[in-house]
Amino acid sequence: MDFKEILSKLPYEKPFLFVDELLNVDENGVKGTYFFKEDLDFYKGHFKGNPVTPGVILTETMAQIGVVCLGIFLLNKDLNKNNIITLTSTEMEFLKPVLPNEKVTVVSEKIYFRFGKLKCRVVMLNEVEEQVCKGTISGMILQQK
Amino acid sequence: MKREEIIEKLKTIVKPYVNNQEAYENMNESSDFIKDLGVNSANLVDIVLDVEEQFNIVIDNPEMERMLDVKTAIDIIEVKTE
Repeated sequence: MDFKEILSKLPYEKPFLFVDELLNVDENGVKGTYFFKEDLDFYKGHFKGNPVTPGVILTETMAQIGVVCLGIFLLNKDLNKNNIITLTSTEMEFLKPVLPNEKVTVVSEKIYFRFGKLKCRVVMLNEVEEQVCKGTISGMILQQK
Repeated sequence: MKREEIIEKLKTIVKPYVNNQEAYENMNESSDFIKDLGVNSANLVDIVLDVEEQFNIVIDNPEMERMLDVKTAIDIIEVKTE
């Protein structure tokens, strides 16, 4: 499955799509990027007069690139329209702020993919390769009844 | 491995994922992981992975789907550790 196909299968769209491009995907992990444009709506309120990317958005970005893109790749042909993707747990550390117009790279390493649950160790880097946040994220793929 | 031994080991494994402490204290073969112990389905996967590691066995998908209560879990572990 090529990068374009993975991106086309993502169940998100603007304003809640936080994946721009994939750089690498294999059985064990994924690497991708996202650019936080300054006109994103949440910057108006987080914080007043001092735009900083919210931790929940960083977590979401890491989940979309690190877990969902990898999950789509791993499931490949087993993925169908009745599947529901769900986030099941996150454990995050936020190390540096991410400001408007910053490009981040997310690197995810699979811990396991068993019984429909994908758990990954995920790191986000800024443009000067500093870690901005890291943690573990798990998601599950469920069959709609 | 004896069923009593298995349930003791199982109690240690499920402890971090339990949300109903009272049901946990009284955990027995008729306890249901989700309905009684309050384990969520994502953590049920972690329990099964811990079971594999602790008992040195491999659980497949159909077995995982059946492992919803303590009795079935013990049945599966018992056969595999014979």
